[in-house]
Amino acid sequence: MLGVLTKRLLQSALILLGVAAITFVLLYALPADPARMIAGRSATAQTVANIRHELGLDQPLLTQFLHYLRGLLQGDLGRSYAQKTQVVTLIIARLPATLVLMAAGIFVEVAIGLTLGITAALNRGGLTDRLVMASAFVGVSAPQFVVALLLLYLFAATLGWFPMSGYGSFAHVVLPAMTLGILGAGWYARMARSAMIDVLNQDYIRTARAKGLSARRIVLRHALPNAILPIIAMIGIDIGQFMGGVVVVEAVYGWPGIGQLAWQAIQQVDIPIIMGVTLTSIIGNLVADIIAPMIDPRIRSH
Amino acid sequence: MFKRWLLASTTAAVLAILPIAAQAQTNGGDIVVTYKDDITTLDPAIGYDWVNWSMIKSLFSRLMDYEPGTANLVPSLAESFTVSPDGLTYEFKLRKGVKFSNGREVVASDVKYSIERAINPKTQGPGAGFFGAVNGFADLTGGTSETLSGIETPDDGTVIFKLSRPDATFLHVLAINFASVVPKEAVCGDAAAGDFGKKPVGSGTLILKDWTIGQKLSFERNPDYYIKGVPYIDSVTVEVGQEPLVALLRLQKGEVDIAGDGIPPAKFLEIKNSPEGAQMIVDGEQLHTGYVTLNTKVKPFDDVKVRQAVNMAINKERITRILNGRATPANQPLPPLMPGYDKAFTGYGYDVDKAKALLAEAGYADGFETVLFSTNTDPQPRIAQAIQQDLAAVGIKAEVRALAQGNVIAAGGTEGEAPMIWSGGMAWIADFPDPSNFYGPILGCGGAVQGGWNWSWYCNEALDKRAIEADSMSDPAKVAERQAAWGKIFTDIMADAPWVPVINERRVVAKSARMGGPDNIYIDPTRVINYDAIFVK
Repeated sequence: MLGVLTKRLLQSALILLGVAAITFVLLYALPADPARMIAGRSATAQTVANIRHELGLDQPLLTQFLHYLRGLLQGDLGRSYAQKTQVVTLIIARLPATLVLMAAGIFVEVAIGLTLGITAALNRGGLTDRLVMASAFVGVSAPQFVVALLLLYLFAATLGWFPMSGYGSFAHVVLPAMTLGILGAGWYARMARSAMIDVLNQDYIRTARAKGLSARRIVLRHALPNAILPIIAMIGIDIGQFMGGVVVVEAVYGWPGIGQLAWQAIQQVDIPIIMGVTLTSIIGNLVADIIAPMIDPRIRSH
Repeated sequence: MFKRWLLASTTAAVLAILPIAAQAQTNGGDIVVTYKDDITTLDPAIGYDWVNWSMIKSLFSRLMDYEPGTANLVPSLAESFTVSPDGLTYEFKLRKGVKFSNGREVVASDVKYSIERAINPKTQGPGAGFFGAVNGFADLTGGTSETLSGIETPDDGTVIFKLSRPDATFLHVLAINFASVVPKEAVCGDAAAGDFGKKPVGSGTLILKDWTIGQKLSFERNPDYYIKGVPYIDSVTVEVGQEPLVALLRLQKGEVDIAGDGIPPAKFLEIKNSPEGAQMIVDGEQLHTGYVTLNTKVKPFDDVKVRQAVNMAINKERITRILNGRATPANQPLPPLMPGYDKAFTGYGYDVDKAKALLAEAGYADGFETVLFSTNTDPQPRIAQAIQQDLAAVGIKAEVRALAQGNVIAAGGTEGEAPMIWSGGMAWIADFPDPSNFYGPILGCGGAVQGGWNWSWYCNEALDKRAIEADSMSDPAKVAERQAAWGKIFTDIMADAPWVPVINERRVVAKSARMGGPDNIYIDPTRVINYDAIFVK
């Protein structure tokens, strides 16, 4: 077990290094020049050259990358070009908000997805099944931006049940989490449905039925625990895909997470922040990758 | 020997604020302002975007400032000043008893330190070049000196600037944010931890109390500000990360007082025509011109006839309609609000037939193919498409290339790269209200270099010479003459037509009904929102 974990960690470190190198080269290959973005229109050529020199942008790319790696090993992600603040400080200040949003979003999508999926599986072929699958399809296809604004307009602006934007209380997290959850729930509903149908066809379920157990007991005690395992594994895979949605939802609801930080940094060509956020989300994925097999033994054995 | 020009005392500064007092201000009130983007920095030597600009203005004081809502210079930290007849020496007497918010009195050496810091390459400040006329500038920016020999402080209450050439804009330079006075102990001290931009200390009307990264900034009024009773508001909470549409909904519900990003184009007409719209919308002129650059180093724009033809081919009225009427057609580089603007000048009218005739004369009767660059955020690509259609009507096939701002800027500053650029989304908004600010970097020879902002790559040495002559007229008595000289430079440029001046865009801010004061303190020509002057009714 320990050997497997060490191997995984080593793999992760290599992946991280690879992603860092690729992102670094891509960012610096852009024609946009960070020094000129900082300097603005009135700056003289001398000012731009001075800024470029102070940022170390006049050094060869390899030197810059090695310098970045040296900082990375000490947990230093550098200073933001535009803000002059440590990138680590900026990410740490915003990470809790993103983690809360992701946790709440995943909770909502799993809760909705499981309920719908299992209901559909138990009524396979019936009207309920078809309705659930159709709405799952709509949920998966709806653009996040539209859903976010619709919920906001209906439940916050018109009905006034929830605050329109901000962060801090339970009421604040409901709408953003619902937005993320509704969209993801479709996937989980489909998955839960097919997993449940699979399990219900297994021999041990027939045995349980033959023993004369109630339908309720069969579903809750025997079928569900087995059907749920692949879904938990999927949550791990989902974290990476979640990041894209988080950026949109954070923007609409004014949620102070790292998605907003990344979006603003991209517009300002603030390379240290873009690098920092990229590496943070890669680390998130790797952590999920390591945890997933601990939950579902079937992944570990493969 | 010295000529006394304008002697201001505290009373004059107070008087300066009186013109807007027609609507009696009330003191007190806590207001909420929203923006989409997080505030990058509040360090006056570094901050250079239109969002942090107004906050830095109110956090710090400078030797000179402007009357609220106008472009009229008044002394601020300075109590009085004198200019020598040759325009090379400026002597300022500091106002006594002005304190930083850390309790220490502002002295002459603070002024010297602050300006040296803004120029020092280690600060990475974008505004260093503004101080180019001060003696010793080259040594400091070149790294051979840590101080600026052109600033002398004979005593705590006197600052003397020695210039290497007359600079008629020098008083404006001392009023821009980069000239804000900061206390050295707060910049280098442990409290700032090398991040003065997040923990600013100044002597302005507001004090930063708290900054929760990504969420909000809390400002409180400075009770010790040198003008009693200013500012009128007790506190400002700036909430960031707010989508403009959401900010507008919250404003309508009364949760927000000023939606800093204005009104999204899609909502503008709906709000404007609503019953409460008139009270909410502040629609003001700003020092802005949107233009298309015609690259004089790329064929066929090296031919002046082609450039003139393009000037006649673009339907500017239609572009103002794309912006829901939030702009007026332009015919010269200077915006109407700028001193030196020539009201009588008509420029090139919209005339498709004449444009075609000129193209035929230049040998392009069948038109030609070219590329038009634009930024990729709404409504800029739509405006670029309108220009594309206008050009098609005279036979010019322009491919629209909509890119991220940084990439358009990079293309513009690379020789021979971008034949035409629509400047929308990054157009010139003046740093200070003086016509010279519209020339050097964007139309002068100095800007027509690799990495420069003169995207027409237009260089007319005769005009450059006239520009230098105009900027040497630093005698305040010659202000009108100097402005006329500048105005003529800009209308003469149009004979060579390196630009198509397209529109002068107005800025729109949305405010709640309880906010008082005239529109021009919400869209102040030198600040955008003037926190020193706004009040709650």
